[in-house]
Amino acid sequence: MELLIKNGFIFDPINEINGEKMDIAIRNGKIVESVNDQKARVIDATGLTVMPGGVDIHSHIAGGEVNMGRLLRPEDHVKDVERKTALTRSGVGYSIPSTFTTGYRYSKMGYTTVMNPSMAPLGAKHTHEELNDIPMLDKATYPLIGDWWFVLEYLKQGDIEACARHVAWMMNTTKGYAIKIVNPGGLESWGFGRNVHSIDDQVPNFGITPREIVRGLVKVNNMLNLPHTIHLHTNNLGLPGNYTTTLDTMKALEDLSTDGKPICHITHLQFSSFAGDDWGSMHSAADEVSKYINNRSHMTFDMGQVIFTDTTTMTADGPFEFTLFELSGHKWVNSDVETETSGGIIPFHYKRKNPVNAIQWSTALELALLIKDPWKIFMTTDHPNGGPFISYPKIIAWLTSRKARMAVLKKCHKKAQKKSLLPSIKRELSLYELAIVTRAGQAKALGLTNKGHLGVGADADISVYNVNPETTDIAQKPKLVRRAFSDAAYTIKDGNIVVKDGKIVQTVSGKTMWLDIDIAKEVELDDEMKRRFKEYWTVEYDNYPVFDHYVKVSSPITVKADV
Amino acid sequence: MSVVKSVTCPVCGCLCDDIELTVEDGKVTHVRKGCAMCESKFLNYVSEHRVKTPLVRKDGKLVPTSYEDAIHKSAEILANAKYPILYGWSSTDCEAQRIGVELAEEVGGVLDNTAVVCHGPSIIGVQEAGIPTSTLGQIRHRADLIIYWGCDPWSAHPRHLERYTAFTDGRFEDSEWMSYINKVKASVGKKKLSSVKRRSFQCETEYEKISDNKPPVDLNKEGRKLVVVDVRESMTAKVADYFVQVKPGKDYEIMAAIRSIVNEEELDVDEVGGVPVEYLEEIVDTMVNAKFGVIFFGMGLTQSAGKFRNIELAISLTRDLNRRTKFVILPMRGHFNVTGANTVFTWQSGYPYAIDFSLGYPKYNPGETTCVDVLLREQSDAALVIASDPVSNFPRKAAEHLVKNPLIVIDPHMNVTSMVGDVVFPSAVVGVEKAGTAYRMDHVPLPLKKVVEPPEGLLSDEEILRRIVEDVRVIKSQKKEAN
Repeated sequence: MELLIKNGFIFDPINEINGEKMDIAIRNGKIVESVNDQKARVIDATGLTVMPGGVDIHSHIAGGEVNMGRLLRPEDHVKDVERKTALTRSGVGYSIPSTFTTGYRYSKMGYTTVMNPSMAPLGAKHTHEELNDIPMLDKATYPLIGDWWFVLEYLKQGDIEACARHVAWMMNTTKGYAIKIVNPGGLESWGFGRNVHSIDDQVPNFGITPREIVRGLVKVNNMLNLPHTIHLHTNNLGLPGNYTTTLDTMKALEDLSTDGKPICHITHLQFSSFAGDDWGSMHSAADEVSKYINNRSHMTFDMGQVIFTDTTTMTADGPFEFTLFELSGHKWVNSDVETETSGGIIPFHYKRKNPVNAIQWSTALELALLIKDPWKIFMTTDHPNGGPFISYPKIIAWLTSRKARMAVLKKCHKKAQKKSLLPSIKRELSLYELAIVTRAGQAKALGLTNKGHLGVGADADISVYNVNPETTDIAQKPKLVRRAFSDAAYTIKDGNIVVKDGKIVQTVSGKTMWLDIDIAKEVELDDEMKRRFKEYWTVEYDNYPVFDHYVKVSSPITVKADV
Repeated sequence: MSVVKSVTCPVCGCLCDDIELTVEDGKVTHVRKGCAMCESKFLNYVSEHRVKTPLVRKDGKLVPTSYEDAIHKSAEILANAKYPILYGWSSTDCEAQRIGVELAEEVGGVLDNTAVVCHGPSIIGVQEAGIPTSTLGQIRHRADLIIYWGCDPWSAHPRHLERYTAFTDGRFEDSEWMSYINKVKASVGKKKLSSVKRRSFQCETEYEKISDNKPPVDLNKEGRKLVVVDVRESMTAKVADYFVQVKPGKDYEIMAAIRSIVNEEELDVDEVGGVPVEYLEEIVDTMVNAKFGVIFFGMGLTQSAGKFRNIELAISLTRDLNRRTKFVILPMRGHFNVTGANTVFTWQSGYPYAIDFSLGYPKYNPGETTCVDVLLREQSDAALVIASDPVSNFPRKAAEHLVKNPLIVIDPHMNVTSMVGDVVFPSAVVGVEKAGTAYRMDHVPLPLKKVVEPPEGLLSDEEILRRIVEDVRVIKSQKKEAN
């Protein structure tokens, strides 16, 4: 099928196209030089904004943890339901939507690619089964391996190469996309109810420190030439004063970036940028953190914006969720996974009148605005931890309009208002910068070469929004921006028009991307490996892998490793 | 002859995946590593009573028919029903369950699984209080205190102890099997004696107070400790380090007392539920001093007085213990894929069981949308039962209403429900004749293998359901056109 998007204002930062009027031609799901005007279906995009399809680098949409959250919270679903239609399946929201609803809602906002950032390897089949049931999107998932016993043991021995080979095995076995590390060392410690409190604390029973784990896995990542960097959730996350840990972590990795390219992605940076000694004196460390980041290029980040609403926090950081349980007294799920990781869930209501929550809200925006280079920090809520992904249009309005964010700040707790840096920040993101923080930057950081841009050969994942950059001053019209980015005029997935005027008009499956790592010396299933496997897990080696049939639409990406 | 290794056993929630089967001439002839239930499933899946073709009721009798006919009849029943029930699901694979949700949504019915008469209260308990839990391997590696409350794994989950808890070697804790072997030997002798006594004197053995509940002196020893709390001395209780015998119906009280002591509150009574408070204090000491403790609970808690309040309390106790040490809690799920049914239902609809699609979107309200309650209110007008036998274990009035209306049954074997069904489908045995996926009681997904071919022409649950959904859609679109 051929498709022609005519006359739109194109924002394609990877190809440095900033709002020029151009036509985009599509054939067989790819962007091409030109198509036959007579035959192709034409979308008249006159007066509309055209961007590559949205890419979300970090959103918990599938897997055991997410599903436990769904099970835990019927009260979250009952207020937000989706009826079955001739085209779409029924489902529920709100903060942890059911799988079909997740796909439809992302698509309505013009998103086409979403990365699921946290998967316990033992439950990998579950994650993939859910990803199969999330339509409209291309997806991938990151296995949690920062506290996997194999990694801890090899790094303790200093055998980076063996570690790399086993990480490659794990990536192939679980059909994962990137190395995810959560509270390195802390999750293993949580197995006996403990935690680590700095990057140089020893992990009990393993004699290794978070610093060694993170440095080791950066080296592994480089050795394997993975498209994304390591994806890191720092130690001490969510605790007052933790920004020093975050700075320590970043400094500990400086020497590992040789060519100035990023080597680590710190996710939901807001949760790692608290200053102060306790909850009473807690304030934003956006100033210190952004100053450091503005002078370096070895890291990328995403925001972890907080939204004032009732949401559900869920993370592999079991000890942190326990802290939240102690703070809130809410119903608490803890789910440790043998040999690999832990996890926890707490429902959470972020309130404007709560000084800590309001400071968190402000901190995320401060970070996004104070870090000058939009290619370094991307827009996320760490869905559903900071708030559900359907709030993205709100964040877009806050980033592009000082007026919009100041209106919210005015309603926040007095203490937060006093401490906030937002009044001093004039910056307002342009549509071009917005395209970077919502798609181009994320695609680049993920190493997805066919996504996040509209050049010839790219996947025809495109979103068209009802904003006319010539006639509209987006900084002055936040409501219009919010509406436009809530209901895309068109969402095009692999060359198919799937959304028109915020309504689903066609459903598609979307692919699951995973890394097929080509390595010279693969992990052999020798007696030693079999013995360790039997000792470490309670399932058989033969039953552990995610077999091919667990991925409905499989899109392997071959990577050539150096080992 | 061939040997198939690493087969997952489709019987109980343990989902042991290390079974070795010998297959000769397309039949399983030998089972290694499995328990008695596992062996019996793999060796007896082909019985003379197994039906090989679908049956429909004609003039009051079930007569053989073709799959096409049976599928079309079922689709008509469901498409014409206003409020059908789709029940069962716990003994089939996730692939079939996925289509089950689609079918329930398409016909606007009530989707419910066997949790409703089993661990449904556990799910409500979790929705009230959360749940600090872990996979079974964590317990194998770390647990030095294992408590079974209101469950008897020795009989119901025979390999639970040897694969996941007290009799297994972990990284940080060793197996305690030697001491248990001795206890088992002793208990076998005792059992023989009491059996002789019973037979010769014909005495009643109903509620017998066996334990004086005095904790053993070495309850705080190093290494793994096994504690069983139950109303009767089950087989598991016999091998335990400490058996606490509860008066029937007093679980809630005892647990509440324990929780109070954990939270350092004084109790004004001497005894709770048949256990002296000083003993309870010793139990609490053991709990708090454990490096990693675990409570497994079964139907003794979920289906006795208090129901989900028992579970909510057990979870709250576990939460409180986490302020002092590390503690987790797990339900002992019964059917091999009951966890899978709850999991699949949840990801597709947001709710684990008792889902009502009659309004076009998923609605969940246990007590209202639970299938037994719908039946007792006599609201349903048709039913599809899959991989389950509700007629033999539902309340009589509920079963009566189920039978009164058109009833479709899908099951590998004839059971009471299929005998009274209107359309009966035989299907391939999941995990023996059909590959798929199942979820272990701790939510670990495991593949089920197809070891042998099903009898010729026999379809799987998944295939039958898929064809019913397709047929329902055709009928509905025809109806639409006709209007």
